[in-house]
Parts: sequence; structure tokens; C-alpha cells
Amino acid sequence: MVIYGVALLSFCMIAGVFFGELIGYLIGIDANVGGIGIAMLLLIFIANKNSKNIKIDNITKSGINFWNAMYIPIVVAMAAKQNVLAAISGGWMAITAGVFVVILSFLAIPFLYKFVKTKES
Amino acid sequence: MIEILINTLIDNSIITAFLFVGVVTYLSYWISRNLTAGIIHGSAIAITLGLILAYAGGLYEGGTRGLADIPIFAGVGILGGAMFRDFAIVATAFGVDLKNLKEAGMIGALSIVLGVILSFFIGAIVAVLFGYTDPVSITTIGAGAATYIVGPVTGTALSASADVIALSIAVGLIKSILVMIITPFVAPLIKLNNPHAAMIFGGLMGTTSGVAGGLAATDPKLVPYGAMTATFYTGAGCLMAPSVLYLIINLMF
Repeated sequence: MVIYGVALLSFCMIAGVFFGELIGYLIGIDANVGGIGIAMLLLIFIANKNSKNIKIDNITKSGINFWNAMYIPIVVAMAAKQNVLAAISGGWMAITAGVFVVILSFLAIPFLYKFVKTKES
Repeated sequence: MIEILINTLIDNSIITAFLFVGVVTYLSYWISRNLTAGIIHGSAIAITLGLILAYAGGLYEGGTRGLADIPIFAGVGILGGAMFRDFAIVATAFGVDLKNLKEAGMIGALSIVLGVILSFFIGAIVAVLFGYTDPVSITTIGAGAATYIVGPVTGTALSASADVIALSIAVGLIKSILVMIITPFVAPLIKLNNPHAAMIFGGLMGTTSGVAGGLAATDPKLVPYGAMTATFYTGAGCLMAPSVLYLIINLMF
């Protein structure tokens, strides 16, 4: 049933966020440490187990795939609720820092990628 | 008449948000097809349009949540909030290739640590160039250059002034917005077209909303890989900025 897929997704997210909060609490910082990443790993793990003992049928899958497909629309809504005004009124310092951080981080990607590839071969 | 319509929209806020996003998406794909000959992807236009509307909403209502502060668009704030965003991000993991993930696990972790350090020091250098001399302010602004969550968390931990904390949030917001807009354009230049590069991208940029928006407009298949590393970044930043990185800044000033 579709709800099984949605419920499985919800289970993964709640479990992941819970562990993220727990890790944050244990190392003494007021932030969720990788909760969503843990939730993703959990879902990937369950989905790969699928073939052996637990069976995720196509209708169940459609409950997950619906939210997968809603990702871009949700990102559009997310863009529409950003505090763009505050970002721009942060003045030149905020803009300068933001621009440099983004440009230099982009430049670092091919560098790091090449480093990985040479190490592998 | 009008009042009844407005009340209907407000009372069904999330449904109104679905309709709103549908209309924005339709317009964006129309613009993509007819005005850019398909060169600029529809979702990139939709995200940019969303940001422009957020700016307009901020001007009109004076709040902090862009368009979502206007009562009839309150549902946009819920649909685009962290809860639904994260739910959809988790859903994108369904169908991820475990092999790719295992291969890039180490480099993903490395890129997160490097990403926090790189962003932090660029932010700190800009803060110094703009005349900040006390280590707490420099650290807080550097932390804001990581993400707009790391900034205030660090600033609060170090008791930075409210102005500096607000500034650190602004730096993080600019970063996140730029990543959303620029990524689809620079992706071909930096070969951001495979899962490994996407994991490095997520780890270096770290802003979950920026990475989520940027990859959505570049290639939706890459989203889970970038999002995976990006979601660990804020935690790593909150861990490193008020401790090790602050100590380094403190030694220098």
C-alpha cells in the first residue's frame, strides 16, 4: 500500500533526525549532526536489503517516489521563503564574503576531484 | 467576493502552496522554452523566480520568511520549510547506488572538513579586510561563511554582538542563494556531472538549501549524493568553528 512507502520514509527520517540530535547532544553542540544523512543511509540500506527478506512492492515504492518527485517543487517553495531581503541588506561585506566563498569553493571542486582520481589509479 | 476568495486561500494554506508552485513551475518552463530556447533549465528559472518573489515578499511584508509572510502564501513557508525539504531529500536517496556511495565515502568526509575550513577562512579574511579586529567577530563572520546556521550558533557560543550575528547570517544567506543560482551554469565547466563530484560539491559548499536548489536545477539524479555530504556539514561547522577555528583566530589576533 502507498502508505507503507510513506511510513517507511517517515520512519527513516524520524530515526535519522533523532540520532543526529543525539550525536549533537553527546558532543555538546546545539545542532543536528547529519541527521538527514543518517536517514538517507538508513533508507538506502533498507532498499538494498529489499531483495532478500523484506519485499518492497511497486505500490509501496510509489509512496516514496511521489516525495522524490515533489523534491523540485519543494525546493521552489523553499526559494520563495528565503530571507533574500536580509541577505542583500547585509551590505557589501556580506556580499563580498558570499561571492568569494562560492567562487573559491567551486574552483576547489575539480582540484579535489582530480586528487581522488589520481589516488584511485 | 474577493474577501471570500482570500479567506479560502488562507484557510487551505498548503493546498494554496501546491497551486502556487504549480503555476510558478508552469511559467518557468514556458519561459525556458520560449524565451531561452531551452538553454536555461526550467527548474533553474523556477528557483530564481522563487527568490525574486521572496525578495518582493520581504519588501512588501517586512518579515523574515520572504513570500511566506504574506498570509495567503503562508503555506509556501510550510511546504518550503526544513521539514518537507528534508523529507523530500531523504526520498531522493531511494534508488541511490550503494557502490558509488562506498567508493566516495572517504572523499566525502574529507571534503566536508576541507569545505568548513576553506569557507571559514575566506569569511574571516573578508571580515579582517572590512576592518574587524576582535577574534570573536572574525570567527562569527567566518562561521557564517560556512552556513547561516553555523554563524549564529558560533556567535551565540562566543557571545558575539547581535549586529555581527545578523551579519554572519547575511553572509550565509548570500552564499546559499548564489549556490542555488550559479550551480547549473558552472556545472559543465567543473565537470559536476557524476556522483563523486556531487559528493565533493555537497561537502565543499555545505549549504543544504543551496546544494539542494543548485543540484535540482543541474541534474536531479545527483541530488542525493550532494545532499548526503551537505547535511553533515552544518554539524561539522558547529563543532569546529567555536572550538579549533576560534582558537586559531585567537592566536592570530
